[in-house]
Amino acid sequence: MQENLILTYLLLIPIIGSLIVLFLSEEQKKIIRWFGLIISTIAFLISLYAYFQYNSSDSQFQLVHKILWIKSLNISYHVGVDGISLILILLTTFITPLTLLSTWKAIDKNVKMFTFSMLLLEAGMLGVFMSLDVFLFYIFWEAMLIPMYFIIGIWGGERRIYASIKFFLYTMFGSLLMLVAIIWLAVYASNQSGSFTTNLLDLYKIGPTIPFEIQKWMFLAFFLSFAIKVPVFPFHTWLPDAHVEAPTAGSVILAGVLLKMGTYGLIRFCLPLFPQSSVHYASIISILAIIGIIYGALVSMVQPDMKKLVAYSSVSHLGFVVLGIFAMTIESMQGAIIQMINHGLSTGALFLLVGVLYERTHHREIEYYGGIAKIVPLYSTILMIVLLSSIGLPGLNGFVGEFLILLGSFKSNVLNSWWYTVFAASGVIFAAVYLLWMYQRVVFGEIKNLNLKNELTDMNNRELLILIPILIFIVWIGIYPTTFLKLTEVSAQSILQNVSNNTFYFLK
Amino acid sequence: MPASISEYSMIMPFIIIGILILLSIVIEISSKKSEIIIPWLSILTFFIIALYSLLNINQNEILFNGMLEVGGKAAIFNFIFNLGALLVTINSIDYIKKYGSYYGEYYILIQSSVLGMMIMAGAGDLIMIFLGLELMSICFYVLAGINRKKLFANEASMKYFLLGAFATGFIVYGIALIYGISGTTNLSSIMTNFSSLISNIIFITGFVLFLVGFSFKIAAVPFHMWVPDVYQGSATTVTGLMSTIGKSAAFSVLILSLTAIIAFKTPNNFRNYFAVISTLSMLAGSIIAISQNNLKRMLAYSSIAHAGYMSIGLAAGNITSIAGIIFYLAAYTFINLGAFGIISIVEGEDDSRTDLDSFTGLNSKNPLLAALMSLFMFALAGIPPLAGFFGKYYVFVGAIESGLTWLAIIGVLASVISVYFYLRVVVLMYFKEPAHNFNITLSPYSLASVIICSVLVIIFGLVPDLLMNLITSVVY
Repeated sequence: MQENLILTYLLLIPIIGSLIVLFLSEEQKKIIRWFGLIISTIAFLISLYAYFQYNSSDSQFQLVHKILWIKSLNISYHVGVDGISLILILLTTFITPLTLLSTWKAIDKNVKMFTFSMLLLEAGMLGVFMSLDVFLFYIFWEAMLIPMYFIIGIWGGERRIYASIKFFLYTMFGSLLMLVAIIWLAVYASNQSGSFTTNLLDLYKIGPTIPFEIQKWMFLAFFLSFAIKVPVFPFHTWLPDAHVEAPTAGSVILAGVLLKMGTYGLIRFCLPLFPQSSVHYASIISILAIIGIIYGALVSMVQPDMKKLVAYSSVSHLGFVVLGIFAMTIESMQGAIIQMINHGLSTGALFLLVGVLYERTHHREIEYYGGIAKIVPLYSTILMIVLLSSIGLPGLNGFVGEFLILLGSFKSNVLNSWWYTVFAASGVIFAAVYLLWMYQRVVFGEIKNLNLKNELTDMNNRELLILIPILIFIVWIGIYPTTFLKLTEVSAQSILQNVSNNTFYFLK
Repeated sequence: MPASISEYSMIMPFIIIGILILLSIVIEISSKKSEIIIPWLSILTFFIIALYSLLNINQNEILFNGMLEVGGKAAIFNFIFNLGALLVTINSIDYIKKYGSYYGEYYILIQSSVLGMMIMAGAGDLIMIFLGLELMSICFYVLAGINRKKLFANEASMKYFLLGAFATGFIVYGIALIYGISGTTNLSSIMTNFSSLISNIIFITGFVLFLVGFSFKIAAVPFHMWVPDVYQGSATTVTGLMSTIGKSAAFSVLILSLTAIIAFKTPNNFRNYFAVISTLSMLAGSIIAISQNNLKRMLAYSSIAHAGYMSIGLAAGNITSIAGIIFYLAAYTFINLGAFGIISIVEGEDDSRTDLDSFTGLNSKNPLLAALMSLFMFALAGIPPLAGFFGKYYVFVGAIESGLTWLAIIGVLASVISVYFYLRVVVLMYFKEPAHNFNITLSPYSLASVIICSVLVIIFGLVPDLLMNLITSVVY
């Protein structure tokens, strides 16, 4: 295999950047802000370069770089990408500079430490998506908790301490059980093939040979960890707290990228490592996903707080992704992947837009607003487009993902019943209800609160600069999704093929 | 067989430290500048011995008719002991001055306790174990009460002495029974006949008494009662010493006494014993720590929990797990010395600021200390890639290899509980405004010792192989 350093550079850029930030003076906020933005933009450019290097017709991992790291445990620094990881890496490097830019006004306290945390967080997220060693994956997965914990805890809202600890403990609980499963897998591998290994490519061969009785437990340990992160109902209770208390930037990263780590884990680890168990539990998990879709939507409907509404809508949207993964057809899988991107863009943008209002008025309650279309027409237009994309209006990105997932789950041999699709589809309708209703209450009607006239100003150039790139992609995916689908098709196909080869199911 | 010259040359570390003790006593009596000379002399000696041990790891010999082992595991332990003592001594240079009159014996006691530990780790005979243990323990009893004007320190010293003496009683009685059945106190001949001896009920009784005695010393539940009071009452530097290298010394003996099980693969009859104390320690330590308001007391319970994680390795009793314990001990030594070092800086002249309230808003008072403290807390919680994580990881790997997956699962659950109280410290330092107004006087020596700890914690976290390769090269 040819060594390729590009992913390593991509990983090192934010790490080195964050270390340099430590040596900048706290007083020079402007320099720190620009520096953070430049570093994360460089990371984006490198990931673009990686995209052009990548050959999407090859199902192997590419741009691989491997160095033996811990000899005593046969652990390597081993990174590489397939289409699925690459698209998520692109999402990460795309969202991070925009997020950093969005905090230029909102975050004025401890700018240095904030930029440091954000860059470290970016490195952690990139590491999660490119690791080809389960142990390395685990390290990034855990290490990323610390910056996120500080972001919520220092710059968050009223109940930030409660939210940050809850976030940390929930994630830690799941991931430590996963750690036991990882060690168990490695020990099993050493009994089977003579070498203690956590190399993902080797484990792909060993995982499916584990006796079903044991594999079941391994699968559940991994699944629990990812399910908490996604979050799948009923493990979602940390999410609304974390989202509401986090600063806007934290919410954007959380919704935009962090939650995707859970669904990515399901695709990368659960399905190929434990195919028999995945098929075995597919229907139960899909039911949980559908409960999540409907429950998230119903709870969103009654939220008086805009940020909380968007937070619960994440539970609903991620339910679609999980359903798409466990329906295990190529359409649903592709839909799930594209939906991960969509959710990152749309919900990220929604949090940004809520943040724009909050920065001006310091209110997030829907009650407080009304009739702002007359005061901030540009803002209202952009909010409309983003909402419609989140609802899944044809022509915008959300439609593509949801349609593919519903289509795939309808045809699925694993689920083998169209009831799943029927219930899931109701989520689309609910989404229209709660999002449009919110829009109506906030934007239309008479101006309820006369303060708003003084407080609100329309989007400024910086905010437009953040949102326009997102809008471009929202429309791009909606009109011509092939660009993105093509990138992941072969990889998705090969994962499903792997499951299919190891089970009795013929997966379409 | 009379001892040869070459045997004396191989026990250089013991001789050097012996000379150091005698020299320090003379200096203390005769020189007015002893308060400067003795600590720096100790630091130099500890450094030389640590380096010597590191370089002579592969010269593994058993000397003096099987009484003393040098090189190998003993060398690794000597490295940990001396490095730990070195860090404690650096931290003490300014710290100990606040107790008014100068306590020259403080350093001499540290030196003697280190000699005791080195004898324990290198012991080839039950009598040697006992000798080393007593030397170490008696020094600790005195060190715990070194601040004789403070009531808590007196209480700590007394409590430690009484319970410690009690534990020693168990050990002596155990040794007597073992000798009675096997007819020898030589460890290697006991270990060779372990599989036949183990069917004898009196031998088992003796061995269990021996283990119980050392369970006191490692602070495992249900033999942990003395720990919180002693850790809280003693001078902070002394607590650091006892909780890290003192614990390592006790573990070194436990590892020695299980040689038969680990190296000769004798069936592990004591697995249940260790599994039970480890489960109890992990859970009780983590749960009780949550409700502590004094940081030293919290770290005392955390130390009980860590004894539990390490005992998982004893229950597993295979080579991976034993190497894991040694790595864990080294990592834990640096992490805990760092944490106690910071407490010793913050606590102030009258030792009063050890409660959690004093740490609120530390970030706004001194960002460097807050950052270092968070590092140690995350390391104790076992967040990768810090040294504390790999300690746990190696031990868990050993446990799963021995089929003790359930114990590893209890271990990770206890870790989740423990994250809560470690994070609480971070929460207070970063997310809250200072509760009390006081200034922190920063001693450059204390800070240096803490920074060395933090560097080691990061290095052994990023490149655990540096240490692990050494350990695996000597573990049986």
